[in-house]
Amino acid sequence: MKAYSLLALARNGLAWQKDWQRAWRSPDPAAAYDVVIIGGGGHGLATAYYLATQCGVNKVAVIEKGWLGGGNTGRNTTIVRSNYLLDASAGIYEHAIKLWEGLSQELNYNVMFSQRGLLHLAHSVHDMQEIGRRGNAIHLNGIDSEFLTPQQVQQMVPFINLNCRYPVMGGLLQKRGGTARHDAVAWGYARGADAAGVDIIQNCEVTGFQIENNKVVGVDTTRGRIGAGKVGVVTAGHSSVLAEMAGFRLPLESYPLQAWVSEPIKPIIDCVVMSNGIHVYVSQSDKGELVVGAGSDAYNSYSQRGSFDLIEHTVGPLVELFPLFSRLRMLRQWAGIVDVTVDRSPILSKTPVENLFFNCGWGTGGFKATPGSGHAFAHSIAAGSMNEIAAPFSIDRFNSGALIDEGAAAAVAH
Amino acid sequence: MILINCPYCGERDQTEFACHGEAHIARPTDTASLTDEQWGDYVFFRTNPKGIHYERWVHVHGCRRWFNAVRHTVQDEILATYEVGAPRPDVGGQQ
Repeated sequence: MKAYSLLALARNGLAWQKDWQRAWRSPDPAAAYDVVIIGGGGHGLATAYYLATQCGVNKVAVIEKGWLGGGNTGRNTTIVRSNYLLDASAGIYEHAIKLWEGLSQELNYNVMFSQRGLLHLAHSVHDMQEIGRRGNAIHLNGIDSEFLTPQQVQQMVPFINLNCRYPVMGGLLQKRGGTARHDAVAWGYARGADAAGVDIIQNCEVTGFQIENNKVVGVDTTRGRIGAGKVGVVTAGHSSVLAEMAGFRLPLESYPLQAWVSEPIKPIIDCVVMSNGIHVYVSQSDKGELVVGAGSDAYNSYSQRGSFDLIEHTVGPLVELFPLFSRLRMLRQWAGIVDVTVDRSPILSKTPVENLFFNCGWGTGGFKATPGSGHAFAHSIAAGSMNEIAAPFSIDRFNSGALIDEGAAAAVAH
Repeated sequence: MILINCPYCGERDQTEFACHGEAHIARPTDTASLTDEQWGDYVFFRTNPKGIHYERWVHVHGCRRWFNAVRHTVQDEILATYEVGAPRPDVGGQQ
């Protein structure tokens, strides 16, 4: 792999940009691999990258049904934060932020990680109590967070309407939170994994598992049978479909989660603003578009469209909070299928089938965890047992009752 | 928006309704002897199919009565609605 650098930019400019190397190969699948990762989104590619670069696993493949990052990796609102209540959540999301902070350098690929600050608003006495409890829990976990008065909120976002229908009573700010370029995360990990010898096989759909004596030994795909020592499934909204192929069920339901971008405007909002109370979150992309999201749809679905009523539920709070946005037009709307657990925490786990691992259940907020999820999952697969960060997120918690119940306490964009 | 045919009120907009997930999950009767796995399966584990889904709805902004629906989870088309307690309707062998 040729490194990207200022010198390379100049040299390729002089060569009319014709000498750029492809960022990754498109190999035919080999007969067998030590580890097969199913799902070429951010989490799957990160898993493959860390398997190859840190865990000493030589033969790794990533199998992707469509194209890299074409699922939820390319459909989220790019928010990164680690302001969670519970210790297990703080463990994995803060692990991710620490990796985010050096990711562009490590991958030699600009993932445009921007720690512009994440501002969570409180609109009621209950909200204030919630951010008080959560803010202090975040402190105890050694993660940055600050309480803001309404006036301090206004200083950060001067055009905010503090006296909206549910007046802004305070805020919780994580300065190390922010955004990253979602596509670049997939591409950067893909390029790094490919350089470390990982075969990335796109347009290849898994149709079944080969299981012998309750042990997975390979996968059937639209490009033939591929042997595997271990298999890691990282397929987000379609995890239940893959689990059914392997003969078990998961504690998941899949929902569409929508997002919108407005027409591009000049820089106006330099942080991420999210409101749990009236339920909307917004940031501005480097292109100038407002990136807006809110809640998932009211019924489970694989439609990747989203229901119409959610548009009004999202835009209403947005213009209430920021009246001047009322004159903007939305350019695009889309949905991704998110796999939601009952406790709104992810699953990184062994399964009833030996050597078959699942990384799923990230629900409405997996993007922020991409590096931490991939890192923890890779080390767990390589070791054959879940590591310290991943262990609390076992499927067994739904039998034992040791749920990681972030549902009530987390900020909107989980 | 999808239209839902409430068995009691007729066709109404989806926003009048609330969906409450998979239908036909019977509460176990031998609760004293269930293992943790059996309890976990009953409470948390779901089929979550990509295709035909039998599910519970309540007409929350209408008659407030519960009923079941058959919906295709890719097209979101509701193929049939029926009363709670009735058997799964035949929807033409669709999967």
